[in-house]
Amino acid sequence: MTKNKWLFLWIPALVVVVIWSVPVVWALIASLRPPMEAFTRGQVWFGSALSLANYKRALSLAPFGLYFRNTVLMVLMVLVVQLLFSSLAAFGFAFYKFKGDRILFVLILTQMMIPTVALLVPNFQTIRVLGLYDSLGAMAVPFWGSAFGTFLLRQTFLGIPKDYGDAALVDGCHWYQILWHVYLPMAKSSLVAFSISTINWHWNDLLWPMIITQSDKSRPLTAGLVRFTQLGEVGAQWGLMSAATLIVALPLLVLFFIFQKRFMEGYMNSGIK
Amino acid sequence: MHKKRAGLLPYLLVAPTLVFVAVFTIYPTIASVIGSFYHHRLNILKYRTPRFYGLGNYHELFSSADFQQIIVNTLVYTIILVPLTIVVSFLFALWLRPKKFAPFRIAIFHPTILPAVSAATIWLFFFTPGYGLFNSFLSSLGYGGPQNWSSNPQLALFSLVIVAFWKDAGFYMIYFLAGLQNLPKDVYEALRLEGAHPFVVFFKFTLPLMRRTTLFVSTIAMVGAFRMVDHVIVITSGGPSNKSSLLLYDLWQERFENLNVGKSSAITVILILFLLVFTISNLLFNERKGVIHD
Repeated sequence: MTKNKWLFLWIPALVVVVIWSVPVVWALIASLRPPMEAFTRGQVWFGSALSLANYKRALSLAPFGLYFRNTVLMVLMVLVVQLLFSSLAAFGFAFYKFKGDRILFVLILTQMMIPTVALLVPNFQTIRVLGLYDSLGAMAVPFWGSAFGTFLLRQTFLGIPKDYGDAALVDGCHWYQILWHVYLPMAKSSLVAFSISTINWHWNDLLWPMIITQSDKSRPLTAGLVRFTQLGEVGAQWGLMSAATLIVALPLLVLFFIFQKRFMEGYMNSGIK
Repeated sequence: MHKKRAGLLPYLLVAPTLVFVAVFTIYPTIASVIGSFYHHRLNILKYRTPRFYGLGNYHELFSSADFQQIIVNTLVYTIILVPLTIVVSFLFALWLRPKKFAPFRIAIFHPTILPAVSAATIWLFFFTPGYGLFNSFLSSLGYGGPQNWSSNPQLALFSLVIVAFWKDAGFYMIYFLAGLQNLPKDVYEALRLEGAHPFVVFFKFTLPLMRRTTLFVSTIAMVGAFRMVDHVIVITSGGPSNKSSLLLYDLWQERFENLNVGKSSAITVILILFLLVFTISNLLFNERKGVIHD
């Protein structure tokens, strides 16, 4: 039995895990090698001197600090507003019965079938009309209404016994006190999971920011990286490209490894099923 | 009782989300449908102001060999990627379900949080012919076929599938793990006592009980496949000769490189129809299956 367990569970698991990790480990190693070594020594995995030269060079070729700031601000602008609007809407749908509530809910849900990115032609026009082109707002505003957030939080809120809220209403509480003190605390894991997917999705989004920003002052990390890889100078310098790639990926990877437990639990306990 | 006293309040609560969904989803959907019937090109003076074109844009699209190729690519990409990723991520979940495997889950999951651009850039190196790691690995297994994955007409699309598969499997695994956690433990206890064969347990109990999770995962996987574009931009730019171009990439090119607003609206409508057909049929298919099992 133990021998079988090794054969069928542990060894394959180890193999898969190693294969899955190779790309990132390889990029890390490539980025830490001295820039010219690839030419003189070819592919080596171990035994080369460590060097931060690629990182220094990458940072001098593109304003990654600025891109980083733009990404963080844009993600925060999306996250805070989505959390606020979605909680309000979810509370409205879960706690109250009102005329047309079903139709309004279905209208919001259409966004889950037709993702905002697919509508880039008319949305591009709207953003220009609103005077937001090439600004942080241009990247955030189209995503302020979130069907996914509304749907997820509504599901969670529906699982909370209505008596709690009713009792509070009788005691003279305002609706926002009920939402803030009763509903939101009980929906913590859904809120965490929703925040994680929002951060992940918008941190990594490329196409929309690429279309809607033009200058470094509003360009996020992902669009910055694509421009960087297209710089003639960078070309096939793998070490340099790996360094730039990891500069973009590292903040989230570090966050993930620090909070991995919460991260996974957030997804798993969210009721997104 | 609060139901009667609520009055306007619920509408106000729902309003902010509804307004933004209306402005950035519902209105643009309608605008795309209308816009797709107009000849509207920003780089040709005559068509700067939209002119009614009937089904002209659609006709042009469907009679173009390039666009037919793109439709085929998108379907092939989706039909290979989605089932493959779902089956494998389900297997991963079953496999890495015991607590002792928790550290392994992290290894499978970490590509999910990598920006698609970064993941694609890393894989671009891997696909390099000659010394690319991917080829070195395959040839060490005895592979002697073509090596230039990202610019070989037969392989370019599959190189995109490989990257997406690597990146997404861990993400869907989490949902399956969550679903597995919520399975009724007493049923399994009873089955174990009765000595039911693991295969029977899996096909008769686990699989039907996981139907809702599978429905959810396959829906987000399909929507994800249809809006894939980042990997295309970095790895193949749709080439060679459109062999790896996907709908959203084509939409972007038509609008921002060819400046053809009318035609890109028509592509938007086609993309929306694909999304609707796939998600709705997915829903119906799963509902029907549910009737049999429940």
